[in-house]
Amino acid sequence: MTALVEVKGLDKAFGGVHAVEGVSFSVEAGQVYSVIGPNGAGKTTLFNLITGLYTPTKGEILLNGESTAKLEPNELAERGMCRTFQQMQICMNMTAIENVMLGRHLQLKSSLFTTLFRLPSLRRNEAAARKRAAELMEYVGCGEYLDTEASAMSYGALKRLEIARALAAEPKVILLDEPAAGLNAVETAALEDLIRKIADQGTTVMLVEHDMKLVMGISDRLLVLNYGRVLAEGTPEEIRQNPDVIAAYLGG
Amino acid sequence: MLNTFMQSRLRGLVVLALILIILPAFLGNPFHYELVTQMAIIAATVVGLNLLVGFAGQISLGHAGFFGLGAYFTGIATGTYGWSSVPALVVGAIVVGFIAWIVGRPILRLKGHYLSMATLAVGFIIAIILNNERALTGGPDGMPVPAFEVFGWQLSAFGSYSLFGIEIEGFQAWYIFASAVLLVAVWFALNLIESPIGRALRSVHGSEVAASVVGVNTAKYKSLVFVISAIYASLMGSLYAHFQGFITPAVASFEFSILFITMVVLGGMGSTFGVILGAVVLKLLPQVLADFQELEHVMFGLILMLTMIFMPKGLLPTLTAFVSKRMRKKAGGEA
Amino acid sequence: MLAEFLQYLFTGITIGATYALIALGFTLIYNASHVINFAQGEFLMIGGMATVSLTSMGVPMILAVVLAVILAGILGIALQRFAIAPAKQADVVTLIIITIGASIFIRGIAQVVWGKEYHVMQNFSTDQPIEVFGAVLNSQSLWVLGIGAILVVGLVLFFTKTLIGKAILATSMNKEAARLVGIRTQMVLMLAFMVSALLGSVAGIVVAPITFTSYDIGIILGLKGFVAAAIGGLGSGVGAVVGGLSLGIVEAMAAGYISSDYKDAVAFSMILLVLFFMPRGLFGAKVVERV
Repeated sequence: MTALVEVKGLDKAFGGVHAVEGVSFSVEAGQVYSVIGPNGAGKTTLFNLITGLYTPTKGEILLNGESTAKLEPNELAERGMCRTFQQMQICMNMTAIENVMLGRHLQLKSSLFTTLFRLPSLRRNEAAARKRAAELMEYVGCGEYLDTEASAMSYGALKRLEIARALAAEPKVILLDEPAAGLNAVETAALEDLIRKIADQGTTVMLVEHDMKLVMGISDRLLVLNYGRVLAEGTPEEIRQNPDVIAAYLGG
Repeated sequence: MLNTFMQSRLRGLVVLALILIILPAFLGNPFHYELVTQMAIIAATVVGLNLLVGFAGQISLGHAGFFGLGAYFTGIATGTYGWSSVPALVVGAIVVGFIAWIVGRPILRLKGHYLSMATLAVGFIIAIILNNERALTGGPDGMPVPAFEVFGWQLSAFGSYSLFGIEIEGFQAWYIFASAVLLVAVWFALNLIESPIGRALRSVHGSEVAASVVGVNTAKYKSLVFVISAIYASLMGSLYAHFQGFITPAVASFEFSILFITMVVLGGMGSTFGVILGAVVLKLLPQVLADFQELEHVMFGLILMLTMIFMPKGLLPTLTAFVSKRMRKKAGGEA
Repeated sequence: MLAEFLQYLFTGITIGATYALIALGFTLIYNASHVINFAQGEFLMIGGMATVSLTSMGVPMILAVVLAVILAGILGIALQRFAIAPAKQADVVTLIIITIGASIFIRGIAQVVWGKEYHVMQNFSTDQPIEVFGAVLNSQSLWVLGIGAILVVGLVLFFTKTLIGKAILATSMNKEAARLVGIRTQMVLMLAFMVSALLGSVAGIVVAPITFTSYDIGIILGLKGFVAAAIGGLGSGVGAVVGGLSLGIVEAMAAGYISSDYKDAVAFSMILLVLFFMPRGLFGAKVVERV
């Protein structure tokens, strides 16, 4: 079986500083794969590289066996990759449900002519997209906000909204960058359930997270980064017993 | 019944249509009609510009360039080469759309002030060409433009026509024509905004990164909306040329570009009916301020500054927010 | 041949130095507050017009210049305090419209006070042109270059040696941090507008004998200054100087060798070309978008 996401010898330097250096790993379809490590370890940089927002200095990323080197973020989305952000990227000039409907952009192709005259086919597709978006908002737990302006929503609700938007794109792999940051214990528990549900439906999940309890509980495999390099890689059990990880986390 | 209508997405359009139907009751003389017709044509232009500025969040300080190109294309094609108005209008729009597409691709990679600089430069270059190519455009002195004409039938502000058996003057016929054009322009804009394409455009403004990771090709959409707004400008420039009967390079000038963008910002970026209000206010203001004679510009500058300082969101959004706050207070008080 | 070339070069450098000073004014305000001040050209107009009208009232030249510069400085402070500061939450475009409103306002007042006519200012020193390898150099050009150079050196010293200059730099880099270390940022912003207005008015005064002056001269000079600042890269002082000089020289060469009808088009074609290949100008800061 080939890996869904495969990273080979990835390097990213800003000026002279290596944010990510010599990182290799692969993610099988259907896994929950987490990237952990202290602040500044290069986790978000790694996600930005994988989703095409940054160009690698060296190395290669394969999505379903295809090199992503020349692909823009939107072309990666067409190939089934979607993500959320540590610093949320919500369109504050839209309502909540419009943000989620934006996630269905790739499924909603309509010509300029159809749009300008608002032909029945467009109305039908819009109604269907709206229904699907409402279901997803219900699914992630922000169903009560449908037509609320995004700018009027709470932080926790926006975090879930961003996940709903990513899911609306029906991705094969979804990358969540610190989804639990800023959430309280109850919200984190709900998030854990949500990630499980997503994974159970066959979507591959990649996760950057600080909350160890959450990560250890739901991940199939973990990658530990330290100063941009791989410190360890393996199952939660292996990571827990890895002397390097223990030294880094406990020995300081 | 009334309730569902009020919530329908087209209620603004219906209200606008009603205003345009009732308005002639308050228009006393041909000069009033002329002013209102100009307003309608310019309002349709800024409705198009608002798609670019208000919804997609891309600044243009050179849109009069496209307006001027449309006006001159019509002037030259119908005046010098004897084309009929409709083909001139359509071919002009296609040419201008193509020009916008060509210059838009490199320009729209720019952000913020660099984009405003580049669009300003494009507008300026167009105006300078119109000023200097005297053989074609008549240079700074301008050129006459024949009346609007379809299959031999002419629409002239000085003619007289019969509509459903009612005798009307040419300037009234132009008013009806321009009103219809404005309504169609608004209808298209509303349809565009509330569609997958419209969401993609708004997401470019809201968060370009978010747009790209859900699959929106942001460069393509920026290009698209730039071309659409240029085509709006070109078509309206063509109509403006026919209506005025005479054009000078001032229609493509920096001052005109600034007037357009000011209408958008003053009326309310991202509000289709707001920018129409902006166009109305900025066309009316000089008429009102003419009484101040030499203080006209001082007053104009002052009003512009004060409005933008105290209503940075623009007239209509500020007004609606104020009204709905009052209504909520009232409703709260009664409960 | 050489004489012709030198002639265009002198013209270019002279007007280029003026553009550079305007561009520096843009840069200063842009750095401090990220506002593009479309009223920048009005400072030049005020400088030139006030000097002309004061001297015609019998005020000695030196005093007239000082008074004109002070007037522009006050105007700069007022612009920041009463138009920019109250609108701090506003959009980029909204701020642009506010400064455009301000420029219409200032121009309107100038028109009421000084009328619409062109005014002529005497050269500072001799009217006798200087001849260099067959080219003719207006003595006023030397004044423009000399004073331009002094101002640039003065600005460099101001920003590197004085506490106030450093405070402006700190505020431009990080407003919150500057406030935390005790810099009164509002004060600093007003100061930046003032210095920018001083620069503009001095440029307006020294160049007035060459270009003449009128109430609406600020529009096109201001725009050219903006072009120069963007060519150099907004926010870069070196860029403003290089952008200004190169714009002036290219413009003079194009007007001389190609066609003077399209002289103004040169500036705008040049900025488009630069931005096509360097989206942040020649010396603009590169930014990595953080997400």
